[in-house]
Amino acid sequence: MKYVDEFRDPRLARSMADDIQSLVARLQDQGRERPLKLMEVCGGHTHTIFRYGLEALLGEDIEFVHGPGCPVCVLPVGRVDDAIAIARQPDVIFTTFGDALRVPGSKQSLLSAKAEGADVRTVYSPTDALKLARENPAHPVVFFGIGFETTAPSTALTVLEAEADGVENFFVFSNHITIVPTLQAILQAPDLQLDGFIGPGHVTMVIGTEPYRFVAEHYRKPLVVAGFEPLDVMQSVRMLVKQLVEGRAEVENQYGRLARSDGNRAAREALAKVFEPRPHFEWRGLGSIEQSGLTFSEAYARFDAERRFDLPGLSVADPKACQCGEVLKGSLRPWDCKVFGTACTPETPIGACMVSSEGACAAYYNYGRLAKLGRGPRERT
Amino acid sequence: MSGRDPQLFARIEAFRRRAGRVKQERIELAHGGGGKAMRDLLDDVVKREFGAQLQDREDQARLPLTEFSALGTRLAFTTDSYVITPLEFPGGDIGRLAVNGTLNDLAVGGARPLYLSCGLVIEEGLEVSVLRRILRSMAAAAEEADVRIVTGDTKVVPRGAADRLFINTAGVGVIRGDLDLGAHRIEAGDVVLVNGFLGDHGAAVLLARGELQLNADVRSDCATLHGLVAELLNEVELHSMRDLTRGGLAAVLNELALASEVGMVVDAAALPVRAEVSGLCELLGLDPVHLANEGKLVVVLPARAAERALEIMRGHPLGREAALVGRCTASPPGLVTIDTGFGGERVLDMLVGEPLPRIC
Repeated sequence: MKYVDEFRDPRLARSMADDIQSLVARLQDQGRERPLKLMEVCGGHTHTIFRYGLEALLGEDIEFVHGPGCPVCVLPVGRVDDAIAIARQPDVIFTTFGDALRVPGSKQSLLSAKAEGADVRTVYSPTDALKLARENPAHPVVFFGIGFETTAPSTALTVLEAEADGVENFFVFSNHITIVPTLQAILQAPDLQLDGFIGPGHVTMVIGTEPYRFVAEHYRKPLVVAGFEPLDVMQSVRMLVKQLVEGRAEVENQYGRLARSDGNRAAREALAKVFEPRPHFEWRGLGSIEQSGLTFSEAYARFDAERRFDLPGLSVADPKACQCGEVLKGSLRPWDCKVFGTACTPETPIGACMVSSEGACAAYYNYGRLAKLGRGPRERT
Repeated sequence: MSGRDPQLFARIEAFRRRAGRVKQERIELAHGGGGKAMRDLLDDVVKREFGAQLQDREDQARLPLTEFSALGTRLAFTTDSYVITPLEFPGGDIGRLAVNGTLNDLAVGGARPLYLSCGLVIEEGLEVSVLRRILRSMAAAAEEADVRIVTGDTKVVPRGAADRLFINTAGVGVIRGDLDLGAHRIEAGDVVLVNGFLGDHGAAVLLARGELQLNADVRSDCATLHGLVAELLNEVELHSMRDLTRGGLAAVLNELALASEVGMVVDAAALPVRAEVSGLCELLGLDPVHLANEGKLVVVLPARAAERALEIMRGHPLGREAALVGRCTASPPGLVTIDTGFGGERVLDMLVGEPLPRIC
């Protein structure tokens, strides 16, 4: 397929892997230990790494640490319960991206609430939800807003459209989050052992590269904004390792074909108009992070499902057996979790990391189990 | 008694014996009520479209055993229900699907399909014209496949109790005495073939629903495979066959691997996928190996027979894009993996959940 196959050429990937290998060898000469630990912040990168077997290709040189950038995975149990509480209200049509349907709350998921009679519908975009609201004026239609700066602008633009058209039965349950405070929280962890970051390409399309500068300048860690094709990830790894070899810590952009360094101003303006940061937002596994969640600004409060409906609003602890928190922080590999692949599988997930295809556990389960069967990385030729 | 009475009686009786006619535009509950309206529906729609295929005199079709025993030693018998939105889509409709799907289930067991039944569950309010078109399409598909729809049943349910039209078909066929196809025959060293592009049906139906605001020229691959299967069986030793339906190639290979306890390695680069379908999958985050087909089969056979089998398939209209897509290995048993071309392998599992609701 044109414009896709060019970014998936296995021969080019192998020659890049060879480059990376020799660069890492130079780092070893400088006294650095391998494997280098690189965090891919975004779940989309986790998916690419597993889908194309890039870990196998990079052998002993690189260890990918899977970051918090899977919005479904970091959604705390209490917020899922709130979503279900809204969906179960009489007359409500609750709309959501398909990913969120199977995320377990404390008692059930949206999918099981649907089976019990709640009107839960899958949509592909918030504009689908607004369309439903126009078609069903007697029903409150609620959109489950999840995701980083990648999806938040489309929610904001839809709210602006609803306002312009005077749609009064459209609401958003906002669980939108922002990446920078989260990166900060990770970098402040006392046991941080990361050598660099693969930066989130699609978030950068909106916010630009400037907000990452503190990573390089304050924490002295290189960050390369990366695309989502396998060669994008390979090239970004090479750029990161090259920075390390040359003793640099900079923000670089591998994804220039789509992510401009100044981002998308119109999207940021829509965000700033409709949303404002929450003082605190709870993340599954990471706890409460200051200024990391988006809620409605006063001017748009009438679209806020949290004000329209009575919600339990409880903070619910993760199930005891679940170690998603450790996995999200990168301190535990998924298959070291006690319930991985037995009690917790993609069919019956206990933790959210097993639900989304971008979640580290689901990626390990779906794509990574071979390594555990002794059919792991093949010899490089 | 006046002299006109016998004539009047005769006229009324003649009228009673006239074939019924449906005057309504939409199906009503009475059309399933067992009374005259139902006779109208059966006469004017079902029997008219199925024509001479139906044996309608009694409550059951009566089929001569001699016909079966002349063709083989075992009866193959299968049933499937068809629920699909929309009822009509590029490349087919629920009727054609209901004929071809059941025939394919017979064919991949090595059976020569002979007879079908047809059970209709109609939602009150369905347009009679739509029902006619779909039954006509069933009759045409059966005729093309040289099988007969010999018995059936019609029910009408209140609005909301079904989604426009559900169809169940059962089929019988006969298996040659010398054939033994099945997962138990699969062994390490066998190869895996498919007869063409993956995911066309799933993609066509997804697009036909119109929810995605995407346009692409993709048609369902809905087709009956027993002609192609017969050509293969005449010449090549096969170990196992399955038709690809819901769950796509990934589901079938996982079923076969688990049932035979061999491993299977799929070559990602060898999978035949139309550019339109892979484009759609890219956009929606789907994988063509999980999309449904309705005219594709997987053949597992000894490696030495692969070349000839591919020749036969590529010489048949339903196999032009046939390809060798995988190999069977001794270990790890029961597991399907895919070679990504990047020097790594990953597990190819069945799809979890239902991202594509109700497509076949």
